[in-house]
Amino acid sequence: MQTHEFDVIIVGAGGAGMRAALESSTRARTAVLTKLYPTRSHTGAAQGGMCAALANVEEDNWEWHTFDTVKGGDYLVDQDAAEIMCKEAIDAVLDLEKMGLPFNRTPEGRIDQRRFGGHTRNHGEAAVRRSCYAADRTGHMILQTLYQSCIKEGVEFYNEFYVLDILLNEETGEPVAAGVVAYELATGEIHLFKAKSIIFATGGFGKVFKTTSNAHTLTGDGMGIIWRKGLPLEDMEFYQFHPTGLAGLGVLLTEGARGEGGILRNAAGERFMERVAPTIKDLAPRDMIARAMVQEVREGRGAGPHKDYVYLDLTHLPKEQIESKLPDITEFSRTYLGVDPVTELVPVFPTAHYAMGGIPTNVETEVLRDNVNIVPGLYAAGEVACVSVHGANRLGTNSLLDINVFGKRAGIAAANYANSVSHVELPRDSQAQTIALVEQLRSSTGGERVAPLRRALQETMDMNAQVYRTEVTLKQALIDVQGLRERYKNVSIQDKGTRYNTDLLEAIELGFLLDLAEVLVVSALERKESRGGHAREDYPARDDVNFMRHTMATRKIDAQGQEYVHLDYKPVSVTNYQPMERKY
Amino acid sequence: MTTTLVAEVVIEPESNVAPVVMPETPVPVATDVTFRIRRYQPDFDEEPHWVDYTVALYPTDRVLTALEKIKGEQDGSLTFRRSCAHGICGSDAMRINGRNRLACKTLVKDIDISKPITVEAIKGLPLEKDLVVDMEPFFAAYRQVLPFLIPEGHEPTKERIQSAEDRARFDDTTKCILCAACTTSCPVFWTNEQYFGPAAIVAAHRFIFDSRDAGANARLEVLNDKEGVWRCRTTFNCTDACPRGIEITKAIAEVKQALIFRRI
Repeated sequence: MQTHEFDVIIVGAGGAGMRAALESSTRARTAVLTKLYPTRSHTGAAQGGMCAALANVEEDNWEWHTFDTVKGGDYLVDQDAAEIMCKEAIDAVLDLEKMGLPFNRTPEGRIDQRRFGGHTRNHGEAAVRRSCYAADRTGHMILQTLYQSCIKEGVEFYNEFYVLDILLNEETGEPVAAGVVAYELATGEIHLFKAKSIIFATGGFGKVFKTTSNAHTLTGDGMGIIWRKGLPLEDMEFYQFHPTGLAGLGVLLTEGARGEGGILRNAAGERFMERVAPTIKDLAPRDMIARAMVQEVREGRGAGPHKDYVYLDLTHLPKEQIESKLPDITEFSRTYLGVDPVTELVPVFPTAHYAMGGIPTNVETEVLRDNVNIVPGLYAAGEVACVSVHGANRLGTNSLLDINVFGKRAGIAAANYANSVSHVELPRDSQAQTIALVEQLRSSTGGERVAPLRRALQETMDMNAQVYRTEVTLKQALIDVQGLRERYKNVSIQDKGTRYNTDLLEAIELGFLLDLAEVLVVSALERKESRGGHAREDYPARDDVNFMRHTMATRKIDAQGQEYVHLDYKPVSVTNYQPMERKY
Repeated sequence: MTTTLVAEVVIEPESNVAPVVMPETPVPVATDVTFRIRRYQPDFDEEPHWVDYTVALYPTDRVLTALEKIKGEQDGSLTFRRSCAHGICGSDAMRINGRNRLACKTLVKDIDISKPITVEAIKGLPLEKDLVVDMEPFFAAYRQVLPFLIPEGHEPTKERIQSAEDRARFDDTTKCILCAACTTSCPVFWTNEQYFGPAAIVAAHRFIFDSRDAGANARLEVLNDKEGVWRCRTTFNCTDACPRGIEITKAIAEVKQALIFRRI
């Protein structure tokens, strides 16, 4: 076993991790530990853009952006955090441009901007052009630009190092960050990293669902590690389903397609969003559109041989516009469905896309261990975190914004903290738990295999905890997930080798997915209202009296030694905006 | 492969949009497909060897789907990298029937399944295990060409101004996902590991032709090296292999031109 010592350890090399690294590495000795090569991170799959009220093409200001974010999040957004994000958005975009990001340009050579769902002029009057973009590969360009800047700054990466545990020193009775334990994929070796500050930037857990836009690698490792440490997870019931996944596949087609003028139609050709959101129609927030699409299919107006999807119609847009502004999604449709968006309607249906919830932090990105107190030295940013700027439903483009604004804040805060303290002692036998986890899986002779368990998990989650939920479906999901957790105890792997053991890796990932699925379902069962991405058919109205509060879930052990999900709640931070009915 | 066709659907949009004819929707049928995979388990094998696996697949399934099914249902030790599964992360470049491609962008319907489909690791980088190679030499070459913006002058308060035409000048080479399909399809790279390879030159091109950048001379100096751009023999393998459709050979030619005339 090797031991390393750094001031700051960043776990994850997507947008948030690398944006943090750029700040931290110039201030303190920093290492980035990543399960994947940095350029493989899923930030690269983001397409449509990054909103900031630059007002390059029409009147706009960050207060309108804040309002849209709060309303889009169905008033579960912490408004102080949203204000910070929308105000700092402008510099976040300019920072990227200065690093070299090739944004599309206006005729005057400024950064061009386009419309996006839920982003409006003057508190909902009409759609506004706020999204700064690079064709439909904005995330790709952000990931590449940040990686290139990291090379320029000489950031130290440990590629294909899978962090499996966080070490907390509890000598004073309160946890303080001390380091992490990582598994080196190439060799199977365990590494211990001592650190004064640790930033978690490990992304989401879309792989709990079967139909998802998420990468295979998005298995909630960071949230899972925090959960197993007995630290809380916030608002885990709020999961976003992106309206336009390629039907049957889940591959993302950007909302930018509708920003460019695309229209959703049912089998009869009707533009059904006119009925649901008369003012901004196909540019309503994602939760509303996803529900409307499911409703069309349920009421028999779906298209295709099984009437189980709707259409995205771009055929009225000029070919030139489609091919220059939306080249990647055009290619995805052609490659995976054999459908040419220039002349044909594209079959689409909602796809699991983004976790609004995650590791609770304050606006300085410090991780909370309860509703008030932080874990000194521990930070989180990006999809893994819940600040909460997305509330019950994230607006399109606000994720790329989140990773840049809060990634930068995390890098600065973590480095400043590291420069103000000494290393704390690692707890005794720091690596024992991780070695036991790895060895148990490697030597297990149980009869269960990873792939069938994972499939069963994904199927019950798609069936029972997706766009619409009821007590009956959620209870079914809970029974299924708990049954799978039992079966997981007998999981074994076939690869007994040490090098690049992805069989072992996938078994560990499945453990995290099962834990998080249970947290999601239990949190969803107890939220007896409909808000944003959490739509309960048995409680169809939003209930601000009882539920305008964040769910805080913690792993506890009962008197019989059984672990269970304990739920508590945290107030929403309200500054300027009182909850109103959400109409578009 | 038989397919049943479902009747055409004609959509009559309600307003100012021309009627659209829906494509015929085939009802898919699964077929047994055999993959011949070059396996190498460093903990147990002396030498790589070929192993056949047969899996039932739909015409629209990806080769990556087949690898996932083999790993999940037949042999968990089969090892390959993958992440996004739709051609944007660059993890799963491999040689499929002798051609470098992304497993997640290669559909069963687009390959000849009358005989076993061969799958092996990309060539020219050290083989680590099964379909996994050591990517470090590839990224080392990338880092050498200074793949980052080198601006000059005072930093503007707002964004740098760049015309749409100037932005379009290097658009093609910004698409690169660093999958290494091009570099590991290059016969010059196979025989000379010191050669930077097409992907690194693509990265250099992306910045050399960016109007905001002032580092062209430094990059051209690097590429003027004897293992640099002059090694390219214009075989077009790289352009054929690129899953992003980048005109790599053209980009390399433009870098050569820039070196000859020292102007951009």
